[in-house]
Amino acid sequence: MEIPKTFLGYKREDGRTGTRNHVIILPVDDISNACAEAVANNIKGTIALPHSYGRLQFGADLELHFRTMIGTGKNPNVAAVIVIGIEPKWTKRIVDAIATTGKPVEGFSIEGVGDIETIARVSKKAQEFSIWASEKQREERPISDLWISVKCGESDTTSGLASNPTVGNLMDKLEPFGVHLCFGETSELTGAETVCEKRGKTPEAQEKFRKTWSSYNNFILKEATDDLSESQPTAGNIAGGLSTIEEKAFGNFQKIGGCKFIDVLEPAEEPTKGPGLYFMDTSSAAAECVTLQAAGGFNLHLFPTGQGNIIGNPIEPVIKLTANPLTARTMSEHIDVDVSKILSREMNLDEAGDELIKATIRVANGRLTCAEALGHREFVMTKLYRSA
Amino acid sequence: MAGTDIIIHDEKDNVGVVVIEKITPKQDCDCWIMENDKSVKIQSMDEIPLGHKIAMADLNEGDTILKYGHDIGKVVKSIKKGEHVHVHNVKTKKW
Repeated sequence: MEIPKTFLGYKREDGRTGTRNHVIILPVDDISNACAEAVANNIKGTIALPHSYGRLQFGADLELHFRTMIGTGKNPNVAAVIVIGIEPKWTKRIVDAIATTGKPVEGFSIEGVGDIETIARVSKKAQEFSIWASEKQREERPISDLWISVKCGESDTTSGLASNPTVGNLMDKLEPFGVHLCFGETSELTGAETVCEKRGKTPEAQEKFRKTWSSYNNFILKEATDDLSESQPTAGNIAGGLSTIEEKAFGNFQKIGGCKFIDVLEPAEEPTKGPGLYFMDTSSAAAECVTLQAAGGFNLHLFPTGQGNIIGNPIEPVIKLTANPLTARTMSEHIDVDVSKILSREMNLDEAGDELIKATIRVANGRLTCAEALGHREFVMTKLYRSA
Repeated sequence: MAGTDIIIHDEKDNVGVVVIEKITPKQDCDCWIMENDKSVKIQSMDEIPLGHKIAMADLNEGDTILKYGHDIGKVVKSIKKGEHVHVHNVKTKKW
């Protein structure tokens, strides 16, 4: 198949391209959720991104909170942003950083005013942003403006056999066209860590990966009360036939095909070394991982599943594929691309990769994913440790 | 190429994955090795559902399970060729 050279996206002020055109209402902290949700309810064409944290965090954990907030606002799938916080200082820090993209952004704080007055003020600005964004048109943009993140979930052995290699096939075919690619799930590479490390393009990237994986593994060994049974692998993984973390890891690793990663990113860090594959240090929990990748600037997500993970994200469309024929049949409303014919050998990997590329372009052009149509908007902050 | 019951990733692997809804005891199964496109046959000893693994050889306690050509864990209870391989007889070498 000839790879399409362009897709239809929204060109942003900073030169990036969005596959979506969201106006988001972003609460800085947990107690600003109510305001944000009230505004999104008032003003059509806006979405609120409620979450659970943002108070009394400190150190690296606070920095990650800011990086996630700011990255989410900067993501090219977002046309304009309203930031609401309890107090003005942290709110302003987020607003100022998002403003560097040139997109419309405005901050509001609730202290000294109260929810009701804030909701009224914010609604006025949100209405202005929503109407402004509604006039944005999709235009032809180069395929290299796609930034694709990947993460699998509720995996089973069909993931490692077929749906993950399908994603790997897409990576192998799109990498030469200058697409940005990202995989994560540090803990779920356990068992395959030395094989994965060798996929670093440079000794620096390899060493960074080794340090990142070791640090996560030491943390798990320190905190684990038993062998992590029912967490890694999950009960769903085990039901699907996966017996050990090593087996899961080698299946997981199929997602990157034959690509090599050029750098290791901190959680929610934006890549800066040009097109190609990046590894991001993330949790393997689906919503946390995709939230971090979206905050890193990725504008489209591929999510292979075995037993049927149903995750979505508020700003980054999540395309789901499965090779498990039972899941494809019993959970069809969650599955965008069915590659189960690989198992019956009626479809080969090359054909499956082509199918996934076609689906990716259609979704980049605006086709809703199953998760979007079902209203899945999981926005989950990663927290590194307890608050002060 | 219909009729494949079990797929094996790598020629070195000592387990294969059931890719039909289930296989039943004493079933003669057709296996396909992805890596080199070879076919082999095996008779199952157990009922094994879709996605679960079958032993392609007799395995003793302490042996390493190979899948994708790599170490994915150790045998904790001896397994006969054709038996179901899962959490009851295999354990991680990591955590």
